[in-house]
Amino acid sequence: MKWTRRKAIVLGALGAGFVGVGWWFSYERDRLGRRDLLNIKPDEAGLNGWVKIARDNSVTVAIPRAEMGQGVQTALAMLVAEEMDARWEQIRVEEPPEHGVHRNVEILIDGLPFSPEETGTVVDIAHWMAGKLGGVLGVSATGGSTSVRDAWLPMRTAGAVARDLLLRAAARKTAIPVGQLTVVDGEIRRRDGSTVATFGELVDFVDGLSSMPPPPLKKPSEFRLIGTSPPRIDIPAKVVGAATFGIDVRLPGLLYAAVRNAPTFGGSATAFSIKGGTLPKGIERVVIVPGGIAAIGTSWWQAERFLDDGLDVTWQAGPEPTLDSATLWTRYEQLLQTGTVALKRELGHEPESRGTQTVEATYRAPYLAHATMEPMNCTARAEGGKVEVWMPNQSPTLVRLVASQVANVAQADVAVHTTFLGGGFGRRAETDLVRQAVTSALALPGRPVQVLWSREEDIRHDCYRPMALARWTATLADGKLLAVAKRQVSQSVTDGFGARTVGLPAQGQPEGNAVENPAYGFPYYRLEAIVPEGPVPVGFWRSVGHSHTAFFDESFIDELSAALKKDPFEFRRELLANRPRYLKVLEVAAKEAGWGTPLPAGSGRGIALRASFGSIVAQVAEVSVTDGKNLKVERVTCAIDCGPVVHPAIVRAQMESGIVYGLSAALFGEITLADGGVEQANFTDYRVVQLAEAPALSVHIVASDSPVIGGVGEPGTPPIAPALANALFAATGRRLRTLPLRLA
Amino acid sequence: MIALLVNGQKREVDAPADKPLLWVLREDLNVLGPKFGCGIAACGACTVHVDGVASRSCSLPLSAAAGKSIVTIEGLGEGRLHAVQRAWIEEQAPQCGYCQPGFIMATAAFLKDKPKPTDQEIDEALTNICRCGTYGAIRRAIHRAAVILAGAS
Repeated sequence: MKWTRRKAIVLGALGAGFVGVGWWFSYERDRLGRRDLLNIKPDEAGLNGWVKIARDNSVTVAIPRAEMGQGVQTALAMLVAEEMDARWEQIRVEEPPEHGVHRNVEILIDGLPFSPEETGTVVDIAHWMAGKLGGVLGVSATGGSTSVRDAWLPMRTAGAVARDLLLRAAARKTAIPVGQLTVVDGEIRRRDGSTVATFGELVDFVDGLSSMPPPPLKKPSEFRLIGTSPPRIDIPAKVVGAATFGIDVRLPGLLYAAVRNAPTFGGSATAFSIKGGTLPKGIERVVIVPGGIAAIGTSWWQAERFLDDGLDVTWQAGPEPTLDSATLWTRYEQLLQTGTVALKRELGHEPESRGTQTVEATYRAPYLAHATMEPMNCTARAEGGKVEVWMPNQSPTLVRLVASQVANVAQADVAVHTTFLGGGFGRRAETDLVRQAVTSALALPGRPVQVLWSREEDIRHDCYRPMALARWTATLADGKLLAVAKRQVSQSVTDGFGARTVGLPAQGQPEGNAVENPAYGFPYYRLEAIVPEGPVPVGFWRSVGHSHTAFFDESFIDELSAALKKDPFEFRRELLANRPRYLKVLEVAAKEAGWGTPLPAGSGRGIALRASFGSIVAQVAEVSVTDGKNLKVERVTCAIDCGPVVHPAIVRAQMESGIVYGLSAALFGEITLADGGVEQANFTDYRVVQLAEAPALSVHIVASDSPVIGGVGEPGTPPIAPALANALFAATGRRLRTLPLRLA
Repeated sequence: MIALLVNGQKREVDAPADKPLLWVLREDLNVLGPKFGCGIAACGACTVHVDGVASRSCSLPLSAAAGKSIVTIEGLGEGRLHAVQRAWIEEQAPQCGYCQPGFIMATAAFLKDKPKPTDQEIDEALTNICRCGTYGAIRRAIHRAAVILAGAS
């Protein structure tokens, strides 16, 4: 097995001489943090780097992840509340000061060479070492569906340590032996049930108590909060208009900046002239910023109009100012034939027989914009060598780094505040707005400047889901599958992100999740990935490489089942014979969707399966087609195995969310190029699914015996496009191999 | 100066007559519940009530709102939670939450016209955009709000 050798390399490189894993060496302990790590107010006491209590009996949990709708505040707070035996109503959340203990280690671990199903000492040791490194090198980031996976042990440990500390504080206060005390419903009780102290009464009795190893974490059978769906913490503010998003940041003396970005990829503004010679009242400054030009004044609306009507800008064109989509597709088609292979992988033994039948199909996926509901924005203030940034962002570490570089100050002189995010989907891991906001702020020292892009700028200047081309081939003999092979062409997201964000040199390799091994037991599988460079910036888009490769892979599985005259569900079952978890998820989706039961003429069902970010998801889409061209997605049935479930309602909401996001892309999503830039501009020509088009959704969480927790933010997205394409084939006999799926 | 009634309070604004109501609210009056999403009345994140009618304020000039009663998400419940907001909490509808003030305002106006809406009527009336895919929860919340309102009247 390749895993074994790679494990040995990892362990050899990182862990020479290490023996034993105990509390004092554990990475949970490394990530506990000191009692004074959080901002402790006079009526509060810190219990560790994740939790503090207050005299009003509240428990405040540090949430170092961005709330972008995925329910992260709620899910992470539950981990602490569970082990602490706090009442849910006691729980508050706050953003902690950035510290190593809060950094996202799982984002590093995700890159370790272990499959999600592997457990054991070797994996534990590798996690420990990644944790050690993560505190040093890691980033505070929200992405890759990692938040709960990362926090699962450290935050539960923090809760258990806090509970233990409170028991000892209560013993100190009351002189009752600690062995006679327990915690129930957020207060300290005697074992006979009588109340001894509330948490709030212990604020003055924590100081000076020694740190102790925590008692063992609860067994899953002991959970009373994890596995239930308490009310989400973020919702009350969101229904009364009180939640502060990036565009809601208000500061004394705030100025607003509107931006025009260069019309061609990689272009820039080099000069400008003000029509009429002087700035109108209300516009304070025009600043050339990285990638474009900003008009700064007392009204964003006025600044927008001024950019349109009051300014002549000289633009430096990017490297390919005439690029259009047709040209790029032609280039990709040539690369598919003759391009240099950056990554080749084979599984199984190549058969000697050339078979009796070949199945071949070529698939296309376009560039996609994120189109978060809240357009891109960032607020910054710079003065006296200090920079402060307020931003709806997915990585405060990178915001700080980039702001410090732009302002030429130390990272310690940059403060970052993360607001609620009006959608993230990967777009808010980027730092282009940081560069523009800090550059604008430097031009007006002491004045906070809020840079906000119009929707048109947002659509035209995204970091896009890569355009991709793939050709699958299969060799069959006598009704049996002998071999499959895929060649795919797409830019590398990690290369693009690394280069533009932190100046990393390009590796010329595909991002890992665009080349994950198939779940299916193929007799022989070969992958060849071709990774072109190009001027179009590509970025992390919900589910990243899975978003297009799942369409290629699961469409082709359907084509194979048709060639072999097998039912698409039964064919997948055969290929998953040795993968019981996958098989169960597939079967639950099929059963709940009524797979095989009759449908009216013109209707069809399609099935697709994809494991991503540690979770396994299968979906069945049901479509109806009228007049051969009008399609309606009637319903989607979804099954997920994500291992232990923290908050089932959030898991279901994230599946629904991922499906609708993927459905917008499958039905409408297409960014096309002309004259070196993007043709689309707003929701009118970059359509997304609306309420009337949203199918009935049902989500089924598959009971799992896996102890390893999986992500839920992204895994709902990959299967929907192929499930829909497969359903359209079932309904019409037409195989659509190009996204978005268009019958007419 | 142009006079408006915003959430029951008289406000005077010194802003151009063609400045959209959304930006008057956000920049001149510090009313931040209505959100900017598209600028072309396509997404509904900026929805407010103008004399009781749901209006997309990003495309409504101040002059058209002059002298009228404007209600935003902040004023919808008049100091309490409106039935639609209660239903939204009970169904745990929001995810990122950015589009939700617009959806709630659109729903509150819609239910005045259609107190017992069918799914088809909801489809036709609620054309706001949500990128988190909360449509299923919103549909449930609309029906729940209709029940709450029917019980209250």
